[in-house]
Amino acid sequence: RQDVLVLTPWLAPIVWEGTFSRDILNAQYLQKNLVTGVVTFAVEKYWFFIEGFMRSANKYFLAGHQVNFYLFTDNPEKISHLQMAPENQLFVIPVQNDPRWQDRSRMDILSSYIHSQFQHEVDYLYCVDIDVQLLAHIGVEIIDALVATISSWQVTPQHKDRAYETQPGSQAATPEGQGDFHYTASFYGGSVDEVYKLTRACSQGEMEDRENGLEAWWHHESHLNRYLLHHRPTRLLSPEYYWDTEL
Amino acid sequence: MISRRVLVASLFCLGVVAAIVWSRGGSGKVHYLPYYLPCPEIFSIKLQYAEEKLIKLFPQLFYQQPRVLAPKRQDVLTVTPWLAPIVWEGTFDPEILDSVYRPLNLTIGVTAFAVGKYTRFVRRFLQSAEQHFLRGFQVNYYIFTDSPQSIPQAQLQPGRRLAVVPIQKYSSWQEISMRRMEAINRHVAQVSHREVHYLFCLDIDMVFHNPWGPETLGDMVAAIHPGYFDVPREQFPYERRSASAAFIPEGEGDFYYGGAVFGGLVKNVYEFTKSCHMTILADKANGIVAAWQEESHLNRHFVSHKPSKLLSPEYIWDDTKPKPPVIHLIRFSTVEKNYKEVQN
Repeated sequence: RQDVLVLTPWLAPIVWEGTFSRDILNAQYLQKNLVTGVVTFAVEKYWFFIEGFMRSANKYFLAGHQVNFYLFTDNPEKISHLQMAPENQLFVIPVQNDPRWQDRSRMDILSSYIHSQFQHEVDYLYCVDIDVQLLAHIGVEIIDALVATISSWQVTPQHKDRAYETQPGSQAATPEGQGDFHYTASFYGGSVDEVYKLTRACSQGEMEDRENGLEAWWHHESHLNRYLLHHRPTRLLSPEYYWDTEL
Repeated sequence: MISRRVLVASLFCLGVVAAIVWSRGGSGKVHYLPYYLPCPEIFSIKLQYAEEKLIKLFPQLFYQQPRVLAPKRQDVLTVTPWLAPIVWEGTFDPEILDSVYRPLNLTIGVTAFAVGKYTRFVRRFLQSAEQHFLRGFQVNYYIFTDSPQSIPQAQLQPGRRLAVVPIQKYSSWQEISMRRMEAINRHVAQVSHREVHYLFCLDIDMVFHNPWGPETLGDMVAAIHPGYFDVPREQFPYERRSASAAFIPEGEGDFYYGGAVFGGLVKNVYEFTKSCHMTILADKANGIVAAWQEESHLNRHFVSHKPSKLLSPEYIWDDTKPKPPVIHLIRFSTVEKNYKEVQN
């Protein structure tokens, strides 16, 4: 690929179609006997997306490798019988809609579940929004220590100047002149250790903001970006991996 | 923490409005007029903290934003098919990498073998390394030699030290070359695994000309040989005899890596040198010496266990070659020497 940036200034590869050989990567992945997990939330009306997501993910996400799907939902009964691929497993984690849960942000819930459960079950963990459909294979090229996806609006001309979180008091504030890429909170992940550190830091930032009566403009996406500014990802996924169709 | 001033101001405002409404209401005919008091614009002012907020100490780095649609080097491959970066001048920002690696308080080791007449190269190697090799980092030089007394005393920057490791001298230069894997492996097991985080194994008959920085650090690092980066794999000087443990069949292989530079995390270098030494011993038992000695074994290993980072030929240059346009900077290169004379 000569038309796009394939390496960040800190030498992390940016994964675009055409830059990698999935065969070589599959061989390397199999050598290490790894298990990958996917976490997604389907609360309130979002239960509607579960079937579409699970069907496409079973077909396209790390096809042929063992994947544990962790689905947080407040409507466990609405999940129709889902056909899982033989290597994959689905764990449904009920989330209550009561006030105690409202106070806990996703980052907070995630970090405590990683600590108590996921770290013992998977080596790598990816957090994906439920309202997506996979349209093509997403394979082991995503597996690395700390992985984030470049926001699709960074490649659309009219959005190039979109500002970072600028409320100076917010924990998610990014001062002028800094920042490499804008990452989307809809698809990120990495080794279970790194994801734990990330979710802890973001949930702490959100908590501090809440105590100060602030809410970062794009919620946990701002906190994610702030964290990744100071803890640079080891691998980036191009906007091919999450395309915001609203653009 | 909402500042006390704002809190008091808003309560006062509320009180005044309530008082006015109440007083108005008591005058009989009720007129409900909208009354706008000049209240401070509470919701648009910046919240000021009563006390200084602790500033997190992250170094501020101001640099041009990387452009997703504008690759830096379009003339060379900068990522391998297994997504390992290939380090060329222009692909990385030294400031960002410094800001990532300096705080980690790393110690990097360098092994180099100065056996027999090769001790004459030590002085220039060390002098140039002090100027260009991982400046500002803690470095341990391990010079393996059969004549410790001929290693010159070197003036080193603070945080850097030199250790002389005595080794046995073998009869032929090929043997000396191949025994390096064993020596490095033994040294890592006995000494360096406790002293360094990363280890580079370099040839001594070379000199640093330009910066060699933390862009070279990685789990397992190999360098592309300057003579073969532009050449199809059929022409790589791999060991082609199937009797050898370093055999690489036609149609296999990604790059031809040079034996003068390799490195990585110390535990990976340990595993790597161990497996190379095993294949060298297997060949010995079968009475065969690989085409390019341990370099052939190194290449065999890297076909099946691919490096996680590659260094372009900038990091392993041969001065007898003319500099092609793709090489913007020569960082580490051979010293002119008379091979026949120096190899006995």
